[in-house]
Amino acid sequence: MRKVVTFEELKPLFKDGMTLMIGGFLANGTPEKLIDLLIELNVKDLTIIANDTSFPDRGIGRLVVAGLVKKVITSHIGTNPVTGKLMNEGKIEVELVPQGTLAERIRAYGAGLGGILTPTGVGTMVEEGKQKITVNGKEYLLELPLGADIALIRGSIVDEFGNIYYKGTTRNFNPIMALAAKTVIVEAEKIVKVGEIKPEDVMTPGVLVDYIVKGGEGDDN
Amino acid sequence: MITDQELAKQIIAKRIAKELKDGQLVNLGIGLPTLVANYIPEGVHVIFQSENGITGMGPMPEPGKEDVNIINAGGQYVTVLPGAAFFDSAFSFALIRGGHVDVTVLGALEVDEEGNLANWIIPGKLVPGMGGAMDLATGAKRVIVAMQHTAKGQPKILKKCRLPLTAKGKVSLIVTELAVIEVTKEGLLLKEIHRDTSIEEVKSLTEANLIIPDDVKYMDV
Repeated sequence: MRKVVTFEELKPLFKDGMTLMIGGFLANGTPEKLIDLLIELNVKDLTIIANDTSFPDRGIGRLVVAGLVKKVITSHIGTNPVTGKLMNEGKIEVELVPQGTLAERIRAYGAGLGGILTPTGVGTMVEEGKQKITVNGKEYLLELPLGADIALIRGSIVDEFGNIYYKGTTRNFNPIMALAAKTVIVEAEKIVKVGEIKPEDVMTPGVLVDYIVKGGEGDDN
Repeated sequence: MITDQELAKQIIAKRIAKELKDGQLVNLGIGLPTLVANYIPEGVHVIFQSENGITGMGPMPEPGKEDVNIINAGGQYVTVLPGAAFFDSAFSFALIRGGHVDVTVLGALEVDEEGNLANWIIPGKLVPGMGGAMDLATGAKRVIVAMQHTAKGQPKILKKCRLPLTAKGKVSLIVTELAVIEVTKEGLLLKEIHRDTSIEEVKSLTEANLIIPDDVKYMDV
């Protein structure tokens, strides 16, 4: 089973209207070359699940600016004024989710859970329309799982089986997203032979990864 | 009255730094709260968390020494100190929501007599998203609000928050350039005032009722 592919080979996977999860935190750990591919393909009406909408010229922000996004499920849009502008014009739907809740909803889907109970958001706008459940005298919100058609993640070192090692803070949402989508594509800063990453250093097991592409390095990834 | 904005921020950061105890895990919000790191008393070692996945965050790197794989939750390059650890977003928020973070220092638009906090949205005007603020305010053992006492002369310490809440009843302490105020079951207790103000002035700049004990001290800054 060959997982290392070219960007050309990935093209048939993407369709208008898909739900995509994209790793990264303010573009740190975001697969920029896969973003390039989406822009080249001009796939439209995407629902994007991601921590934030980054900056207009980086990461997920570029998808927003390119007009490919119909809806975004995210914790923060403040660093990308274009998201706010399109939201006010009714051109993009924004579902704001507390960051920890977003992470747990993704994790819940990937872990086969029917949802999670969190105290975050109780007594705020976030609780509107949600079921409240009391456990041991404390109120929690039932937050439902979030899955996607495709997860686009980024690894610093990836072996040919798809085992991933993340440097520094680039890990963020990437490992949980690898569990929560039907198809998982990892963009690797560096691709190595199987065995070069010690099993105990693997942060995302290769069994979750369907395709590997070679990305750029460092900030220009 | 302290009109110099920079001086006001310095006073707030210096005073909050004195609240931190040796060995505590601390998360500083973006903006004014970040300044607290500059004033940690000698002999006190606190561990800073960044919610994008660091414990043991250090200061900003010298120009030219940035590691593109390491950013803080504000998207700036940071260093890490010996003993630091990196982890994913679900783990990071488990630390936060699970009560493993001893103190969080957050900015505020409004705070009220019941310890309610509003700092994430001004409907129709500013909708950046809550990011990690709701989880931090909900889950940290102690929530300290760092903010200037008024905004354009208008009180920010209110009887009841008018803006949508970030968290309900979670604030422990409010530190402004004029006063240190503890949130108690009975209401807001004035603990300290700055030498350049008076109890009368603090009262006049505060909408909420203040409980004034006999032993109000001067802030040690």
